Amino acid sequence: MSATNAYDAIIVGGGHNGLINAAYLARAGLRTVVLERRHLVGGAAVTEEIFPGFKYSVASYVVSLLRPEIIRDLRLARHGLEILPLESTITPLPNGDYLGRWADHDQTRRDLYRHSPKDAEAYDDFATLMYRLAWAVKPLLGIVPPDPLSPGLRDLKTLLMLGRHARGLDEQQFHALFKLGTMSAADYLDEWFESDPLKATMSASGIIGTFLGPRSPGTAYVLLHHYMGEIDGVFRAWGFARGGNGMVSESIASSARSHGAEIRTGATVERVLTANGRATGVVLDDGEELTAKTVVSGVDPKRTFLGLLDPEELPEDLVEAIRRFRIRGSSGKVNLSLSEAPEFSCLPGEGPHLRGAFSISPSTDYLERAYDDAKYGGFSRRPYMDIVIPSMIDPGMAPPGRHVMSIFVQYAAFDIEGGWDDAKREAFGDAVVDTLSEYVPNLRDSILHRQVLTPLDMQEQLGLTEGNIFHGELTPQQLFFFRPSPAWADYRTPVRGFYQCGSGTHPGGGVCGASGRLAALEILRDLRRRRRGRP
Amino acid sequence: MPAPSAVRGTPFHERTGPLCQAGNWRRWAGHLSASSYEPTHEHEYQAIRSAAALIDVSPLHKYRLSGPGAATLANRIVTRDVDRQEIGQVYYTPWCDAAGKVRDDGTLHRLGASDFRLTSAEPTLKWLHENARGLDVEIEEETEQVAALALQGPRSRELLERITDGDVAGLPYFRVMSARIAGIAAEISRTGYTGDLGYEIWVGAADAIPLWDALTAAGAPFGLAPAGMLALDMARLEAGLLLVDVDFVPAHRAIIEDRKSSPYELGLGWTVSLEASNFVGRAALRAERARPPAWRFRGIVLDWESLEAAYAAVGLPPQLPGTTLRDSVPLYAGGRQVGYATSRGWSPTLKTYLGLAHLEAESAAVGTELEIEVTVEHRRRRGRATVAKTPFFDPERKRATP
Ligand SMILES: Cc1cc2nc3c(=O)[nH]c(=O)nc-3n(C[C@H](O)[C@H](O)[C@H](O)COP(=O)(O)OP(=O)(O)OC[C@H]3O[C@@H](n4cnc5c(N)ncnc54)[C@H](O)[C@@H]3O)c2cc1C
Repeated sequence: MSATNAYDAIIVGGGHNGLINAAYLARAGLRTVVLERRHLVGGAAVTEEIFPGFKYSVASYVVSLLRPEIIRDLRLARHGLEILPLESTITPLPNGDYLGRWADHDQTRRDLYRHSPKDAEAYDDFATLMYRLAWAVKPLLGIVPPDPLSPGLRDLKTLLMLGRHARGLDEQQFHALFKLGTMSAADYLDEWFESDPLKATMSASGIIGTFLGPRSPGTAYVLLHHYMGEIDGVFRAWGFARGGNGMVSESIASSARSHGAEIRTGATVERVLTANGRATGVVLDDGEELTAKTVVSGVDPKRTFLGLLDPEELPEDLVEAIRRFRIRGSSGKVNLSLSEAPEFSCLPGEGPHLRGAFSISPSTDYLERAYDDAKYGGFSRRPYMDIVIPSMIDPGMAPPGRHVMSIFVQYAAFDIEGGWDDAKREAFGDAVVDTLSEYVPNLRDSILHRQVLTPLDMQEQLGLTEGNIFHGELTPQQLFFFRPSPAWADYRTPVRGFYQCGSGTHPGGGVCGASGRLAALEILRDLRRRRRGRP
Repeated sequence: MPAPSAVRGTPFHERTGPLCQAGNWRRWAGHLSASSYEPTHEHEYQAIRSAAALIDVSPLHKYRLSGPGAATLANRIVTRDVDRQEIGQVYYTPWCDAAGKVRDDGTLHRLGASDFRLTSAEPTLKWLHENARGLDVEIEEETEQVAALALQGPRSRELLERITDGDVAGLPYFRVMSARIAGIAAEISRTGYTGDLGYEIWVGAADAIPLWDALTAAGAPFGLAPAGMLALDMARLEAGLLLVDVDFVPAHRAIIEDRKSSPYELGLGWTVSLEASNFVGRAALRAERARPPAWRFRGIVLDWESLEAAYAAVGLPPQLPGTTLRDSVPLYAGGRQVGYATSRGWSPTLKTYLGLAHLEAESAAVGTELEIEVTVEHRRRRGRATVAKTPFFDPERKRATP
């Protein structure tokens, strides 16, 4: 083996978390290499020009909670990251009306008032409460989960800090926080609002990436994410990446390289090599070996523990916990190239609304029915869709006058009855186009190209086990010190020198980057300790 | 005779008026100028940086200098060397009073050997006449007669190419040419106030509406949006460009001496050509150059962590300004006030809190650590800031000719 294959740190998987991890480690002076299976980095945050002239954010399409500290530390703006505002959400309704939420407060209020004067008021009260709660909970995004059962000194400090942060909450706020952790999004929103399209659209954030319906308990928590994003509002970490979500990954890769990290694409890691319970390197599928004392997995927990390692090397309870970890895919993605701007019958013509999102979520029943279709191994005939048209705000995504449309779809079962095949994929794509055409009459005739991704495609093409977009559902029993498994939620694993940094770790899920960064900080901490001679 | 109206629309008002959904107008030299067209200005700012934006800059004062003495007059006024200005070249330049203090800044377009257009923020007709004594020069105010649109942003070139017969791609940075845009006679200059790729288009007021219509029609596929002053103010801060009455006081409006600044004190030393023919203020500036200036004009970057800490102390996340702040705040070094920041704001593109500041020369070296006053919940606190070079944002496309 050549000396050039010797590194201080090897990162398995060049998703945005792996890249962030590598950038931080390289910045600290480690000789670092990222090994990515595909021909490009980014994982679920990639831009690909599948049809000439049309750029798709193939999987993820908006930047939601990308940590401002990462943008600052890695100087991502200088490395090409620009985030453009995503200002409105329109819910078209079957009766030809719509419900709109806009960047401007008065505009939103007027729109809500049309549907329910009470809701227009409640919306502001709700926002104030949620903002307060999000502010109380947000520090979680920046800390390593403590081990509450056998807490070390630092764990105690963390718990104390969290306690102090939450101490300012009054009774109502505290109760709300507890409800958010336990209730369904639909039930929680029922306590606040009466307008069905409003409740349905808000509850949709709680079902994204889960195999759950809006009435399933545990879906309320994700409502907080939106308001965590508000806190970073002016910082503008929420929106469209100019050039598509791949630019998030590209800018991180560029920053990592500037710190000396090496990035290899077309490099599939077969296994992590270990000796005496310690990681020593990795072997690629072509037999090439690379050595390092630190190996970091940026892939999902199933692959990390059941694929890259031999389960024999792991404690049985961990293997069991990972097997039970809920990672059932439920989402699909349809990307369209359009010859002209889509025309929504509820808001005809071009206008600022086309720069925002469209949510096909006219009622809670509609969403719950969409879930019913998939529950028993199918896909929704009339699915929930979250739609954006990135070329409207970033005209570089398509040739002049043409457009790209990104449609995130739920639900589609991973283990669909009879298995996914080309015919089913196209039928799924048709269900999406048919449903959307009811709201966008010119859609069908303006489609130049169509890319359909089923959960199986996401597994095969993007490397997401069972097609789960978050490397595991973001439900309370899979968050914080449960993510991915109690006692191993601090980015370490039972194999010394082997770490995890993907979305399957805290806080996980979304183009947020916190997992990659926090894991890097833990690794550097261990290395400092080791140097000082402590275990 | 009825009393004159305090404000009037620009030649584009017939179009900009209905577009201004925000109802958010301000005054600019007696004209209505949109602060933002949409209810919030964020998209307008992004159009400047990532697509293309149309900004009505008609209220600028504009003067045409022509005749045998035109070059001599221009040379008497501006600090730059007009003898070296080529036909078709545009100078950004300040001009000074006899004491070498800046009265105003603007652009000088050399349209012919003896044909210039001067743009200014302040009315300048009288100053031009005063300095034209003995010269054979015609001075014509064309503020109302000439309408001006800034077309700025990375896609502006592609867009303009579609509707003009002029060689836009061949037009270098700070050059001007005559061309037809959709059949309308215009001057197109590769200038602007955004620090980005962009053009300013000068046409007769009667052609304003057809020009607007032609640009907006051609601009739709490029994401063209009308942008107001709030968006422009953010862009010019990132570009480190001075704003009169905010970052400096025109010398002839200063009531006390302390309010006046020389070009050296405004970071405009590069525009002063002391070898040039005798412009107003040259002797004073020559003397000033012999000794280093007491003040410097610099960029500052506010430190995020200290800002976060200042807000965390009262239980809040950092509150960032959504627009460029124009109130002056003190800057300290070594416990002593050493200057003041005149423009401050959050740059969405750079993800940095920026400012423009006047600093005593000893505290003005790039990298100097400062403290800045920040008001958090009605209480004055200090945040950290560092002296930085301007422009903060300087993309290659600004100057590049393909
Ligand atoms: C359709 C879809 C839409 C989404 N929409 C959004 C959205 O709009 N906003 C948002 O914030 N989040 C969204 N998400 C979620 C978000 O994209 C992911 O949570 C996030 O990108 C995961 O990042 P990661 O770095 O943790 O892992 P990944 O991006 O999954 O990266 C893992 C990488 O490892 C590679 N890999 C796997 N196995 C190996 C191996 N053996 N050897 C080498 N390399 C390997 C993979 O190819 C991949 O590049 C979406 C996800 C999907 C799928």
